Amino acid sequence: MSPRIGVITFPGSLDDRDALRAVKLAGGEPVSLWHADADLKNVDAVILPGGFSYGDYLRAGAIARFAPAMGSIVDAARGGLPVLGICNGFQVLCESHLLPGALRRNGHLHFRCRDQKLRIESTSTRWTQAYQPGEEIVIPVKNGEGAYVADEKTLDALAAEGRIVARYVGANPNGSSRDIAGISNEAGNVVGLMPHPEHATEALTGPSTDGLGFFTSVIRALVPAA
Amino acid sequence: MPAPTRVVVDVMLKPEILDPQGQAIANALPTLGFSSIASVRQGKRFEVELAGEATEEALDEVRRAAATLLANPVIEDYDVRVQVLP
Repeated sequence: MSPRIGVITFPGSLDDRDALRAVKLAGGEPVSLWHADADLKNVDAVILPGGFSYGDYLRAGAIARFAPAMGSIVDAARGGLPVLGICNGFQVLCESHLLPGALRRNGHLHFRCRDQKLRIESTSTRWTQAYQPGEEIVIPVKNGEGAYVADEKTLDALAAEGRIVARYVGANPNGSSRDIAGISNEAGNVVGLMPHPEHATEALTGPSTDGLGFFTSVIRALVPAA
Repeated sequence: MPAPTRVVVDVMLKPEILDPQGQAIANALPTLGFSSIASVRQGKRFEVELAGEATEEALDEVRRAAATLLANPVIEDYDVRVQVLP
């Protein structure tokens, strides 16, 4: 049986449909989850999609963090459930303190939407093990508050512990510290990523199919090798 | 019943966090003739009305609300104070 991968929809989520579709293309069973429902429907992994949950009121991700479903996800993530936060989902993971640091407004204040080259820096997380170390991929980036910030001590620790999952290659699209595009928690089950792998899973609609690896990674992590 | 009490919570990005919005405002000011302003940092102000008096217990609750939701202590500082209304 293919792994059940949930995608949570908040009021204002935009990319939940693409994330569900990416799960299906990767060979998983997509499961829709609802922010107001604390029941995670026995999923094997969860994706927090991009968008503008609660209109980004107060701070991006600040209100979504307190949704009933997030209470369940925070508990389950601490117990090892694989969780991927994309864009707004990354912001929610930082606000939930499942990941350190925060995302602030882009340095140049412009919303940036373009195809972006990344380098996969860590292949030991549940969401990146299908990639080769140092592999370069091109997937869309689209954010207004995508600059990752943390204090120097945290940034040093993330680098030393191999928890910087991906970095921007070429021009940094948002002023993110040390070109960070994504990070993981210590256990490697929780990953936050500012660019959008779910938009790069089919040749017809994406700049590449490079994003598929995030979804096949978690499926590989969940299905014991035959 | 006593008049409601207002508590003001000011939230500012920590000094070491870049504030591009404040910079953009600062850059716009000289073109409008405000030439003596050297820099600007932008923050948020919340006006919280208490149901009763500003007891230490009630203020503590506002401080907890500030640390939990109004501010993100990872990147922001906050200040809680009682505003005396005329």
